[in-house]
Amino acid sequence: MPADFLYGVEVVLNGLMAGVMYALVALGFVLIFKASGIFNFAQGVMALFAALTLVGIMQGQVPFAHLINEIFGTEVHHFGWEVPALLAILLTLVVMIALAWSIQKFLFKHLVGQEPIILFMATIGLAYFLEGLGDLMWGSNIKTLDLGLPQGGSRWIEDATAGLGGDDFYGFFIDKLDLVATLVAIVLVLSLIAFSQYTKHGRAMRAVADDHQAALSVGISLNFIWVLVWSLAGLVALVAGVMWGAKSGVQFSLSLIALKALPVLMLGGFTSIPGAIVGGLIIGVGEKLFEYTIGAPFLGGATENWFAYMLALMFLVFRPQGLFGEKIIERV
Amino acid sequence: MKLQNLTAVALATALASGTAMADLVIPDLSYRTGAYAAGGTPFSDGFQDYLNMLNARDGGIGGEEIRIIECETGYNTEKGVECYESTKGEGALMYQPLSTGITYQLIPKATADKIPLHTMGYGRTSAANGEVFNWVFNYPANYWDAAGVIVNYLLGENDGDLNGKKIALVYHNSAYGKEPIRTLEALSEKHGFEFNPIAVDHPGQEQKSQWLQIRRERPDYVMMWGWGVMNQVAIQEAANIGFPMENFIGNWWSGAEHDVTPAGAAANGYKSLNMNRIGDLPVFEDIKKHVHEAGEAAGDGSNLGTVLYTRGMYAAMLAQEAIAKAQDIHGVSDVTPEMVRDGMEALAVTADRMSELGMEGIGPEFSVTCEDHGGSGLGIVQQWNAGDNKWVALTDYLEPNDEITAPLVEEDSAAFAAENNITPGCYKG
Repeated sequence: MPADFLYGVEVVLNGLMAGVMYALVALGFVLIFKASGIFNFAQGVMALFAALTLVGIMQGQVPFAHLINEIFGTEVHHFGWEVPALLAILLTLVVMIALAWSIQKFLFKHLVGQEPIILFMATIGLAYFLEGLGDLMWGSNIKTLDLGLPQGGSRWIEDATAGLGGDDFYGFFIDKLDLVATLVAIVLVLSLIAFSQYTKHGRAMRAVADDHQAALSVGISLNFIWVLVWSLAGLVALVAGVMWGAKSGVQFSLSLIALKALPVLMLGGFTSIPGAIVGGLIIGVGEKLFEYTIGAPFLGGATENWFAYMLALMFLVFRPQGLFGEKIIERV
Repeated sequence: MKLQNLTAVALATALASGTAMADLVIPDLSYRTGAYAAGGTPFSDGFQDYLNMLNARDGGIGGEEIRIIECETGYNTEKGVECYESTKGEGALMYQPLSTGITYQLIPKATADKIPLHTMGYGRTSAANGEVFNWVFNYPANYWDAAGVIVNYLLGENDGDLNGKKIALVYHNSAYGKEPIRTLEALSEKHGFEFNPIAVDHPGQEQKSQWLQIRRERPDYVMMWGWGVMNQVAIQEAANIGFPMENFIGNWWSGAEHDVTPAGAAANGYKSLNMNRIGDLPVFEDIKKHVHEAGEAAGDGSNLGTVLYTRGMYAAMLAQEAIAKAQDIHGVSDVTPEMVRDGMEALAVTADRMSELGMEGIGPEFSVTCEDHGGSGLGIVQQWNAGDNKWVALTDYLEPNDEITAPLVEEDSAAFAAENNITPGCYKG
């Protein structure tokens, strides 16, 4: 087979896996929007905050160390121990649940019934607050996330496929971290679906998503469900933060991964978990193929960011609610 | 931002609202927050710690106390301009914008306000032409020098012959990242290597397409003009595709400790330029004694001796020398921005003076003239040793390629002069 064709296949495969990484971020947006109608601008910062907290706990860092030292004149930075990864993940989840409870208790409880734009603005404020809190708690230096996740191209796949083309083809490059991310995303999505289909709280969550007032009338606590939803979004943020943080170290630019999720949501719809996955895959493959075939050879490259949005806009023109979004029908 | 910095800003504001003090005002347009904080923090720590050390040890410069005004830009051009506007009235003697984007915006403003800019190793390269850019200085080196130094280094590695070699440039798709392209195109014509620029969009968190392209095209060398997360991701992706790290060379903004540590052992062998030598310097003892132990450190003290801390300190030293020179020229200690400009233009940094300051060999020797605001353009090549967790200098200060860059500086600055109705010539006051 010609090398150019095989490299095109390689681009598609890598685009699919990049799409999974985008979908991981988009899932958090979908969970909150579906249950509460809030477009959570802070989802990217939640991924950053979760990853910062995980590394901080693993490394035994004292939270708010700089603040403590300034106020009390001490010199404390570390507890002197390291926490095993699994325990650190569990402790981070506890922090994210506490954060979800606080967000509901101190912010959105007071904004019930407000216009969607007010709720959206509140999440913008929340994003900046969380970014500052993360800085104050854990510092702004880049942290290495060492969970033992495999990194680098799979030599086995490369060797096994090298013979498909001529001398100009070096085999397919597949990043082992992307393979892990794909597996994690599959498990995460299946777990979320199982939770929402087969558990009492999951069904309550769906009921709230369908109709708040009807759910309230049958005794479902909206407050509890919204805390639950923000907690699940915190879990998704942790997974996304870990996967993206493993590539680049945990640093404040992690919050910008939300920008990669927006075209995915526009394309897949704001209310569908399968939509986030399919949207991620389409965006991932689309932007990578465009860069490979047109962007790099003819337009000077770096086309992925804007092309993803253009692709989403093209879908939006024909299907404003996104591929899997719920069509809004208003009757007079 | 740390409480101490907040306190410093609040104190500076409070002082500014009172009677103007006869002190040397040096703004620090820092970025300790946001996506680029990991690079901005150590630079600012080094810059401030050194100036604070001068206050504590020497009573400032020439008997005048230094007043630092820190303003957080977040590496954002609009905020950087706001910082400039809000601090220039304090009597700012000079600005180091620490961002190419902010620099481009400040060049016309600072020129109109008659406040000198020092853009060390960044900013508008053709500002090296002092006859067009009377108020802008980019010594000791600029991006085009950096491109020349890298190519000269590669020539040395290849017995003086790059003919037929393939060299790619992975660059941040911004004014900063695009700066060396013209120079490298000219150098590729001169030396016969095939040059391929590959753009990475801001912030550079996702670079799969670019590194798949590099894997397909198999260049002999890859250069990098990156900043922030782009550096860490590029180094990780290079390791992922198995690109030989010793053939991957970043510029001086792609070669700090935090750029390589996230990739762990896989980053071993990665190279970068540096405009300042790193290592243990005697001046660090003075900083520890007079600043850190006194509880006056700009940060938590952990950045002391790192690449960017040392560069920030070097930038502060160059400011100190320019102010001292201005005091010397004009015979007053309480100098104005215009006098500092004169000091910058008469600056001569010698090996003896650097040793005297406890910074032996921190930078190359150079002198500034009315015509040449760019310095010597020399740079060293350093390599990351992941086992020892430190950068190791591979070379002494290497020459840039003035034969190529001088005409480009002339051409670009002439275009700027024509666009802005500037008649080139030395500043006459």
